[in-house]
Amino acid sequence: MNSSRFTNFIIPVFAVLLGVLAGSIVMIVSGYNPIAGYSALLYGAFGDSYYVGETIRQTTPYILAGLAVAFAFRTGLFNIGVEGQLIVGWLAAVWVGVSFDLPKVIHLPLAILAAAAAGALWALIPGFLKARFKVHEVIITIMMNYIALHVTNAIIRSVLSNQGFKSAKIHDSASLQSEFLQSITDYSTLHYGIIIALIGAVMMWFLLEKTTKGYELRAVGFNQHASQYAGMNVPRNIILAMVISGAFAGVAGAMEGLGTFGNISVKAGFTGIGFDGIAVALIGSNNAFGIILSALLFGALKVGALEMPSSADVPTELVDIVIALIIFFVASSYLIRLLLSRFKKEGK
Amino acid sequence: MGVYEMLQIIVPSAIFFAAPLIFTALGGVFSERSGVVNIGLEGLMVIGAFTSVVFNLTFADRFGEWTPWLALVAAMVVGAIFSLLHAVASITFRADQVVSGVAINFLAIGLSLFLVKKMYGKGQTDQIQIGFDKIDVPILSHIPIIGPLFFSNGYIPSYIAIALAFVVWYILFKTPFGLRLRAVGEHPMAADTMGINVARMRYIAVMISGALGGVGGAVYATIISRDFSHATISGHGFMALAAMIFGKWHPLGAMGAALFFGLAQSLSIVGQTIPFLKNVPTVYLLIAPYVLTILALAGFIGRADAPKALGTPYVKGKR
Repeated sequence: MNSSRFTNFIIPVFAVLLGVLAGSIVMIVSGYNPIAGYSALLYGAFGDSYYVGETIRQTTPYILAGLAVAFAFRTGLFNIGVEGQLIVGWLAAVWVGVSFDLPKVIHLPLAILAAAAAGALWALIPGFLKARFKVHEVIITIMMNYIALHVTNAIIRSVLSNQGFKSAKIHDSASLQSEFLQSITDYSTLHYGIIIALIGAVMMWFLLEKTTKGYELRAVGFNQHASQYAGMNVPRNIILAMVISGAFAGVAGAMEGLGTFGNISVKAGFTGIGFDGIAVALIGSNNAFGIILSALLFGALKVGALEMPSSADVPTELVDIVIALIIFFVASSYLIRLLLSRFKKEGK
Repeated sequence: MGVYEMLQIIVPSAIFFAAPLIFTALGGVFSERSGVVNIGLEGLMVIGAFTSVVFNLTFADRFGEWTPWLALVAAMVVGAIFSLLHAVASITFRADQVVSGVAINFLAIGLSLFLVKKMYGKGQTDQIQIGFDKIDVPILSHIPIIGPLFFSNGYIPSYIAIALAFVVWYILFKTPFGLRLRAVGEHPMAADTMGINVARMRYIAVMISGALGGVGGAVYATIISRDFSHATISGHGFMALAAMIFGKWHPLGAMGAALFFGLAQSLSIVGQTIPFLKNVPTVYLLIAPYVLTILALAGFIGRADAPKALGTPYVKGKR
């Protein structure tokens, strides 16, 4: 194992440990018992088959949102707009789910593809603006998030319902819900989406690491001038990278629309999955398989947190604090690198 | 309904909604002019709103009429301290400034809701009892037509916000401190060569943005929402960020943009009472600030150029 790969692995682990440690300090300072708190969290995430089912269900969109953020990172882009792309993907999936009556083999893939297309379209705008006008994608994607939220709400109210607050349920032929998976997990909301998420991870790994196009996308992310000199079409690659990232985000929305909820309701605020996706990608070192693990971590944290108020009296928000601190520690990896290099020098 | 009556509804409510945006956007101007991206404005507003509401509820009996003002000061101080996290991560530890800002937002909402549940045993605080008084600005409110529209029956913090924009403009463009701050954001190495402490200037700038973001959140909570919950600040920090960019990183531009976004926000609420706006779906008004910001960045509404060194940590001796 070479040293850069080793630090890529050790930094997220370090950050998670520091985050968990800081979380227990927060609990001690505010008069809670950290051992009780964390054991409630563990039980709430993996304690019995129902909780395991819920954790995997939560992990599903996290994997895809993490892939979306990571794909952009790997190609030199920062896609904060995963949240908005996820919402439009959710909307598109449900829209297809309620308005067609087709056999399942056509309907379900169609709904997922519609979600991917919607997410891709939403990411196309910042991608195009970046490629054509050199506008930084961070600000545009943030703005696109809010536009997605308000536009989606307006469509739910006026098109998908009669001035109501949610759409109708999608037809069974577009649903990812599975009685089998529900029955083996004590009737949790687990659905087939996890399989799609795992396929997504493999697809991203294959595309980036094993194809010429993936090499080109990464090259443009590393150094635009060198890539242009080598004869690559830089603007087209930037747009393509954003579009693929957005498609992953859109499919993440389809998991919520076709699997977990089966409909879409008017949202007062963001789902948070897209923003958590940034944390998932960072902890997963932007690596497809790392992301599966880190998505599982965040899924477990989020689902396990729900058990904390009842059995340990700790507010669920503790987990949000821990996640925020983990992001801080990963972002400040310079600090961890510095510490590591100190230790290495002293060791010699 | 005549034009003047319509303006009498629209203008005061636009100023009412704009005040928190102006404070926060001015904070953003400081931070970004020094070269530090501040996506964390949203989180800083959350912390400010939380601090002011808790302060108000706790000390209302002791300080009486002074409570909202002292709450504002408290929010300012806590906001500045909280922004230190962003400063340490992005200046000293050379973290990706966008990532660090995202973490600030997560942490702010997590920490404040955690504390609300700890202190009040529920996810939402009670309503505050003492807010700001509405005033007529002396002399100016007697000007015919303009007086009643702009200077009557408004909240004092709104007027402070507008005045502050001019103060910030003076500080940034007419004082040595402002020149140094901008130099650090445009070309930190040149500034360093001239003996300016780059890290120190950036720390100061980020903390000012924290203080002003805190005030912005406090003003929003005290005047508009009057309590604190998870949904109190929902996107206002990002709207302030948009205002700063739409205003081309200029204090007066940011104020103008914030007023305009305040107008859009108020129209989406009071629009139903205005005849020709009744038929415009509110969604257009809700997305207007964001669409306009995108158009501005794309160069359709003048060119918006960010400070040159924005987003890059300064590493001494690296070219």
